[in-house]
Amino acid sequence: MRIGVVTFPGTLDDRDAQRAVRLAGGEPVALWHADTNLHTVDAVVLPGGFSFGDYLRCGAIAAQAPVMESIIKAAAGGLPVLGICNGFQVLVESHLLPGGLIRNDVQTFVCRDQKLVVENVDTPWTNEFTLGQEITIPLKNGEGGYIADAETLKRLEGEGLVAFRYKDFNPNGSMNDIAGLRNERGNVVGLMPHPEHAVEAGFGPDTSVAMRSGVDGLKFFTSVLKSLVEA
Amino acid sequence: MPKIIVEVMPKADLLDPAGKAVNNALHRNGHNEIANVRIGKRIELHFDRAVTEADVAAAQKIGEEFLSNAVIEDVVSVTIEN
Repeated sequence: MRIGVVTFPGTLDDRDAQRAVRLAGGEPVALWHADTNLHTVDAVVLPGGFSFGDYLRCGAIAAQAPVMESIIKAAAGGLPVLGICNGFQVLVESHLLPGGLIRNDVQTFVCRDQKLVVENVDTPWTNEFTLGQEITIPLKNGEGGYIADAETLKRLEGEGLVAFRYKDFNPNGSMNDIAGLRNERGNVVGLMPHPEHAVEAGFGPDTSVAMRSGVDGLKFFTSVLKSLVEA
Repeated sequence: MPKIIVEVMPKADLLDPAGKAVNNALHRNGHNEIANVRIGKRIELHFDRAVTEADVAAAQKIGEEFLSNAVIEDVVSVTIEN
């Protein structure tokens, strides 16, 4: 299965995302922001970083990139798309997910191993989790405060579109402790924390078992491979 | 050079961390008469010809759809400057 990983100018975590795809058993395919086609990939990851220097607003210029035109079209047809951190911001700026992301309420960059609760497992990116499962993956952002108007929030909660919620500690002032969302169809998922940094023992978050042994992020990538095989 | 000026401000009820930091610095410098500071963006669109009404309408649309994000910001003005 071919999983595309988009690189915009200023993207940082594209190699990590490619590595996560490989460790999960998939074939990572590098996509460039100026690509006008998706090279027959079966799913797409928009990785973290500071695309276009966060100019104008985080993700705003990337949302206008040629590759996004193809991704928006393919997402409407059901292509699985995962946006991580800056990738989540790109999804929001592309209107593939509702709401917005603003500067952390603490006004500083936050970097920590973050506990999350999986709130929705009916997506190609979360089907290997169990509903309500607690996972820990790294979070690192300056503008991760999720906001939406009251009506949108009510719809997100009412329709079960919250995919992940911060557990025990809200690091950035996100409304309703929202860490990640899915779209109505479920194929588009975005979140601020970084699953691709928790995919290999020795390099992940600390767990009660051993230092840096956390691999909770790997399930995002094995989930999508499983859903593609079953499709 | 003819220009259209688009001004964008963070929504009034949202925290503006940059404005807050500047306000704090001003208060440290004794400017306690200033109650609050908010920081927005001024974006200049330059033209090599005279600006038309259609350009202003286009700038309004660009302002609302790209230069600002309606979830967090408002376009507060679109004006011609010759």
